[in-house]
Amino acid sequence: MTVLFGQLFTGISIGAVLLLIALGLALTFGQMNVINMAHGEFIMAGAYTTYVLQQSITGAGLSLVVALPVAFVVAGTMGALLEVLLIRRLYARPLDTLLVTWGVSLMLQQLARDIFGSPNVQTRAPELLTGNVALPGGLTVANNRLFILVLALAAVAALTLALRLTPLGRRIRAVVQNRDLAAVSGIATSRVDRTTFFVGSGLAGLAGVALTLLGPIGPTMGTNLIIDAFLVVVVGGIGQLKGSVIVAFALGVLQATGEYLTTLSVAKVIVFVAIVAFLQWRPQGLFTLRTRSLA
Amino acid sequence: MTAVTPARPSTAVQPAPVGALPPGRPAGGSRLWTAAGFAFGAALLFAVAPLVLSDFRLALLAKYLCVAMVAVGIGIAWGRGGMLTLGQGVFFGLGGYAMAMHLKLADAGPGGMPDFMQLYGQLDELPLWWRPFASPWFALPATVLLPMAVAFGLGSLVFRRRVRGAYFAILSQALAAAMVILLIGQQGTTGGTNGLTDIEGFFGYDLDDPVNQRMVYFIIAATLLALLALTRQLIHSRYGELLVAVRDGEERVRFLGYDPASVKLVAYVVAAGMAGLAGALFVPAVGIISPALIGIVPSIEFVIGVAVGGRATLLGPVLGAVAVAWARTALSERFPGTWTYLQGLLFVVVVAFLPGGLASLWALARRPEAGAPPPRRGWSPLGGRRAERTEVPAP
Repeated sequence: MTVLFGQLFTGISIGAVLLLIALGLALTFGQMNVINMAHGEFIMAGAYTTYVLQQSITGAGLSLVVALPVAFVVAGTMGALLEVLLIRRLYARPLDTLLVTWGVSLMLQQLARDIFGSPNVQTRAPELLTGNVALPGGLTVANNRLFILVLALAAVAALTLALRLTPLGRRIRAVVQNRDLAAVSGIATSRVDRTTFFVGSGLAGLAGVALTLLGPIGPTMGTNLIIDAFLVVVVGGIGQLKGSVIVAFALGVLQATGEYLTTLSVAKVIVFVAIVAFLQWRPQGLFTLRTRSLA
Repeated sequence: MTAVTPARPSTAVQPAPVGALPPGRPAGGSRLWTAAGFAFGAALLFAVAPLVLSDFRLALLAKYLCVAMVAVGIGIAWGRGGMLTLGQGVFFGLGGYAMAMHLKLADAGPGGMPDFMQLYGQLDELPLWWRPFASPWFALPATVLLPMAVAFGLGSLVFRRRVRGAYFAILSQALAAAMVILLIGQQGTTGGTNGLTDIEGFFGYDLDDPVNQRMVYFIIAATLLALLALTRQLIHSRYGELLVAVRDGEERVRFLGYDPASVKLVAYVVAAGMAGLAGALFVPAVGIISPALIGIVPSIEFVIGVAVGGRATLLGPVLGAVAVAWARTALSERFPGTWTYLQGLLFVVVVAFLPGGLASLWALARRPEAGAPPPRRGWSPLGGRRAERTEVPAP
């Protein structure tokens, strides 16, 4: 029972990290159909932001609290710049956005190497987040994992509410559903694109702050995470946040279970096979918008 | 990919952009030119390069030519077929590992085991799945057939269910990630991060001998030329035209009674076979195969050369791959950091502003009116949703 719960919580916490990374992608890839390979480097930017803030703010707890909004703005600004400079020209060529942003991600990785050096750096975790919470029945969960879970869920809630209730959210949804109609209705679509990108990339920054609690920070930290996150969005279905939420936790639990029963490397293969099998059943992902498009 | 455009009329009925990527046959009378060009290339590879280059440089060139073979395959799958495959490293690796396993076993002698197995795996006897590779009659065909089988498996699953575009690219990339993690995880039988190293012999020839290295180079150059000739036949065949048609308007091809999934599958499997062959020949040329050579980063780097050279042309991928690989060696040994910036910048500039690759510059200079048009908004070399930002087209 304890083992089972432990595995389940490990899975959920893997899922929470995936979800936090995939949320931004669900906006930029899922809603705007832009494959941003530099998303991983925006995560890295968020993580290094935390590191830099800790140089000047000595209290680890305070620096984490400050880092969350700052990292959001730093990564978001980088994303908005990328949109303005490059992606704007490429909306009709989704596959080419992948290649272009890959080039950008190479340059950002090298930039990080030049600024912070190649070796990984560490941040201090706030004392509050280093221990475990004891649950009834002899179960324990790690504080930092719990914090990430709460952060991921809060981000989902905030994003959902913002998309549903605010004027900006309405505009984003309008542009996603029908760009031409939105444009003739007086929505400045290019400004909406930029804002969407700002928010999506900002969420990557938040993910970066969260990841500093789990491990070291390095120039290549984004590369490995991003593929899993892309898979979450693909399997979840585009244009739908709930798909990403469900799939992130499902893949997390599958990964943790597979890891428990076999090894880490075999678990990765199991997850991949499961995804391909799932796409046989639902090629468009878990949730899709109905469409009459033939393309 | 389609689901975000609910209320938009089908984009598949728009006319394909003419001259964007060369779809059909070359202008008449070019057959002679092609033969002349082929002969010139052969002379360059077989006579000039061995005379001019030192043994060290020739070995490097052999390595670049292996990368070029992968690029030819990507040119078919991506440039002609519109399938951006980010996982060619997997097929390169399957070919490479199959060859390296055989050569390791041959080095160890009959009944022997590769050195690393006792070291990492504490194994007393050869694992079952290694055993067939002792026979060259199994290992050599396997270098090509194994990658083709994997490509067939994945391709027939995803293409039939119409998983395409970005979805396919991401899946192919995930395959590369999974394979690398698997190889590293099974250190006892795969050599882990180190891969299979210290390969000394090549079917009885000592690879340390420069004469034998030269022989390997000639084999590689001949294989590349053969693949190019094969590819030219393929893209100028009826099938080649069908493949381009699927790229530019998959649904229209379906309405004409063809099965786009099979058409794409053939191109993907052929590309995988070429990558496998390249991996197999890379092993004697370089003497090592490891996860670092086949993971996500190298897989995308294969694509870079193709994009730079010109994805939809016959020679573009080859020249682009060789040029990028050469530039990497030349620049990264002198300015390690700068190369990464340059590589990223090259990628950004070429893909964003010159989607036809450098080959489109050549076409533009030769026939300005027929060359690749500048990428206007809404132009898509890959078919599909090209009306994203343009004015609504007239019906």
